[in-house]
Amino acid sequence: MKKAGIIMIIGSLLLLGLFKFPLWNIMLGAPQYPDPLGMNIHITGIKGVHEFDIQNIDGLNHYIGMKKIPKPEEMWEFDVFPKVILGMVILGVVIGLLGIFKKLSFRWFLGWLILMSILGVLGMYDFNLWLTEYGTDLDPNAIMKMTHPDGSPMTYKPPLFGHQKMLNFDVDSYPHTGGYMLFAGMLLTLIAFFVGKREWKTQKI
Amino acid sequence: MKKSVLFIISLFMSATFISCNNSENSKNGDRGALASSAAEKTYVAPGEHDEFYAFISGGFSGQLSVYGLPSGRLLKVIPVFSQDAEKAWGYNEETKPMLNTSHGFIPWDDAHHPDISQTAGKLDGRWVFINGNNTPRIAKIDLTTFETTEIIEVPNSAGNHSSSFVTENTEYVVAGTRFSVPVPQRDMPINEYKGNFKGALTFISVEPEEGHMDIKFQLMMPGFDYDLAHPGRGKSHGWFFFSTYNTEEANTLMEVNSSQNDKDFIAAVNWKKIEEYVNNGGGNKVPANYAHNIYDEETHTATSTMKKEVLTVDPLEVPGAVFLLPTPKSPHGCDVDPTGEYIIGNGKLSADLTVHSYSKMIDAIENEKFDGDAYGIPILKFEDVLAGTVKQAGLGPLHTEFDGKGNGYTSFFISSEVVKWNVETQEVIDRKPSYYSVGHVMIPGGNSAEPFGKYVVSMNKITKDRYLPTGPEVTHSAQLYDISGEKMELLLDFPTIGEPHYAAGIPADIIKPNSKKIYKLDENKHEHATLSNGDARVERDGNEVHVYMTMIRSHFTPDNIEGIKVGDKVYFHVTNHEQDYDVPHGISMIGANTSELLIMPGQTETFVWEPKQPGVWPFYCTDFCSALHQEMQGYVRVSPADSNIELSWSLGED
Ligand SMILES: [Cu+2]
Repeated sequence: MKKAGIIMIIGSLLLLGLFKFPLWNIMLGAPQYPDPLGMNIHITGIKGVHEFDIQNIDGLNHYIGMKKIPKPEEMWEFDVFPKVILGMVILGVVIGLLGIFKKLSFRWFLGWLILMSILGVLGMYDFNLWLTEYGTDLDPNAIMKMTHPDGSPMTYKPPLFGHQKMLNFDVDSYPHTGGYMLFAGMLLTLIAFFVGKREWKTQKI
Repeated sequence: MKKSVLFIISLFMSATFISCNNSENSKNGDRGALASSAAEKTYVAPGEHDEFYAFISGGFSGQLSVYGLPSGRLLKVIPVFSQDAEKAWGYNEETKPMLNTSHGFIPWDDAHHPDISQTAGKLDGRWVFINGNNTPRIAKIDLTTFETTEIIEVPNSAGNHSSSFVTENTEYVVAGTRFSVPVPQRDMPINEYKGNFKGALTFISVEPEEGHMDIKFQLMMPGFDYDLAHPGRGKSHGWFFFSTYNTEEANTLMEVNSSQNDKDFIAAVNWKKIEEYVNNGGGNKVPANYAHNIYDEETHTATSTMKKEVLTVDPLEVPGAVFLLPTPKSPHGCDVDPTGEYIIGNGKLSADLTVHSYSKMIDAIENEKFDGDAYGIPILKFEDVLAGTVKQAGLGPLHTEFDGKGNGYTSFFISSEVVKWNVETQEVIDRKPSYYSVGHVMIPGGNSAEPFGKYVVSMNKITKDRYLPTGPEVTHSAQLYDISGEKMELLLDFPTIGEPHYAAGIPADIIKPNSKKIYKLDENKHEHATLSNGDARVERDGNEVHVYMTMIRSHFTPDNIEGIKVGDKVYFHVTNHEQDYDVPHGISMIGANTSELLIMPGQTETFVWEPKQPGVWPFYCTDFCSALHQEMQGYVRVSPADSNIELSWSLGED
């Protein structure tokens, strides 16, 4: 199970990319913003794509009564996420090493992947909750109160994934480099599982 | 005397005759078949950018306007020598020092010849220099911000016309005087001009990093009129050439008395030789009084320093540095081709162009083939330096630019046309009329070793019937010709501001990437900047009140101020907290004897308001900034001078 273990280790190490690269990216473009405003969501906090994007997004959101984009210390997630990711990296590397030395079965690789997937889904769920809260909990004294054609108040939740038109803005929400590294890492651990399974069988024979 | 007046009259009559012919032929040509292909060539679709920037001087407007080519769209008017209410230039406290001179605050000038900085003979797009003709000054405009960042006054000078041209590494920008004057200035009879007046050719060094200007030396030349100038380049780098007229040294009825000599001169100045002489301690330091004004981008504030001394050089002290090249007939333009070999003198009262050869000039100097001297300065023999003559090219040649493919393009004021000719063979290739009475022409990179010979722009003095009439005053015009083929093609007329005296053009790609979008607020070092809203305040110091105000979409902090009294001098120091491209805010105060402010993101500006009447007076944002621009406003309560209302200020309180 040497090959599978190495793949498992590489896969888990790819998660470290999240400490440098953003997990997710949301861009806001409009005719008067030919260079779209954007935020990069890192596991440690939210940063503007360009130097003053956050300030300018906050400035625009102020019209419709949205809150300011939170600083890292204002959200527990930015404290917990790095710890969870680091934990999973260490766990993955340990499993991979033990796999190489045949101390445990290839099923552990799948176990890591399932755990990671559950954590990922929880993370996405939490992220979506935050987006909803951010886009709907509006200041009652907002300067502009927009309503849908049926009269219900408009909310401004950015899409979790994909493109959405919000007033005059085109909002695009997609994974970024760190996110792709996370998916690639998870894919590798899945491959590690299948490779391990084959290696395990040939060993048996 | 009578004879020459008649000569001039006949010249103008023949000119009228010729241009009548021209306009009939070409007008038919202009409209119709050509029009559609010309339109395509100048069409820049919405949202697309022009290929070139053209910096066209405003002449008597004192400013520099920026146009896109080939569309002819006006992109910006850069305030330089004249107050500009649109941008508060010369009105706000920060820029008032920029217009300071030894004659006091002079909020106007006659801006003539822009020139773009160069490195190794190529346009580098860092700065544009331009001369103020009337109260001699040279300005430097920074092309990252398109703002004037430095103005230096030129002492011992008058009618700063043979300016501002740069050497091939922007070592110097020159400021040659058009009018010779007594140096130092003094009370003396005007008719004792001859032999007593001096013509200063000023070499202003340009510091390579920030571009700071400093007068290195003034060459005190005989009392001629110095008209235009161009630097040598390539093999002639190190030399500068100045055309002269009035070598007669007349002081009255100049149109006749200064047009008597068949030949005037192009003065060839070996500035490297003089620089060496000066660096070794040569020259005379003489008392002077001139302003040097610098605008600092970090403090957003200009300072004016009066300088008290200037270094002058007598040309006779540096043998071998200055020579005179006889050139017919009151030459205006003095243009050096991209190779540096040919110096073209355009005798504005002649029909011919004179092409001098640099190599022949050096040869004649080495062999000391002199034809006398003028006040001790050797005169070379006309035939010894002449490369050739473009014969009967038109009437009243003014100025020549080059396409970098061996051709010259000369403007003819009297016959109102642009003529293309081969520099080596001096043969005329093509001619096209201009509408009407062209002064200078411009090819992007014209004053460099590498012109971008795709277009030539003619800058015309008379417009007549080219546009809808607007009363007795009609806009001047510029015309764009395609010169990419063998024949020139007129593509476009476009209106200009003031007098489009001369221009400098450059490919957009050299400037665009360096263009600044905002000023960073945390780099704002303005003395009265308010960097956080918490610091917004109002302070009293005797009858001076300082309002430290911030602005962001869509409010001022503070927006209610009380405790101001009649007779106070209220300084509004306003800082724009936006950090977003193209979001300036303005502010104006009712009854202020000044203009509004127009404050860029991250910038601080100041204006003074002296309230004369008690009341509650509004101020508001003058630049349509956001959906709530109309709500961007506030009030100042003004109480009688003897009232005891406490100074207070607020935002968002009732
Ligand atoms: Cu505003």
